[in-house]
Amino acid sequence: MKIIAVCGAGIGTSVLLKMNAEKVLRTLGLTATVEAADIETARASRDAQILLTTPEIVEKLQGLPSEVIAIEHVFDLTEISEKLSKSML
Amino acid sequence: MSLLLEALGEGSIRVGAHADDWQHAVRLAGDALVASGRTSDDYTQAMIDTVLELGAYIVIAPGLAMPHARPSEAVLHTGLSLVTLDQPVKFGHHKNDPVSVVFGLAALDHDRHLELLSEFAAKMQQPGFVNSLLTCPDEATIRGLFA
Repeated sequence: MKIIAVCGAGIGTSVLLKMNAEKVLRTLGLTATVEAADIETARASRDAQILLTTPEIVEKLQGLPSEVIAIEHVFDLTEISEKLSKSML
Repeated sequence: MSLLLEALGEGSIRVGAHADDWQHAVRLAGDALVASGRTSDDYTQAMIDTVLELGAYIVIAPGLAMPHARPSEAVLHTGLSLVTLDQPVKFGHHKNDPVSVVFGLAALDHDRHLELLSEFAAKMQQPGFVNSLLTCPDEATIRGLFA
């Protein structure tokens, strides 16, 4: 299972999402590779099952084989946990 | 010294600044990155352009914006700036507006600032931390919170 955390620049929001997703996955006992990337890189890499991003970016990630999950509050581990487990469990 | 304090170079913190709108707020954060020798003016414009292009997704938590742009020649060193605003401004985020705390972020590449962001995330996840920044009267008090 591969997850890509996506933001506009690939250095800020996506990195925070990646770190918090990894934390949540550990708690849930799930295994997945999580990478951080900008939109172009994420669109070019078509091997991720899940793209994790913020609501503003969702429409830029349409038309890909991956499921797109929007996180409203990057630091809200409960939200990330609920949305990831809904998708993965 | 914590990575956060190291990233917040001399001249990178502005307390109780006034911004007329979100572009002004991002410009203040960009100017503080320039003042501390981390970026050139082009980076400030790149941060504004990112929001114009992609929307207010940089408002990552209630009241908290973290403007940033891609690594480029405009980034001289990885760093952070911090601007607290005297009055909150709207960035156009559907949930986390209005913003009172702005962290400018510049990174040289995609990997070398991960530990820094990890420290950043740990701080921001402390309940009440963002609000406690707003009650700081000066830079020294803010630095104390990051020590």
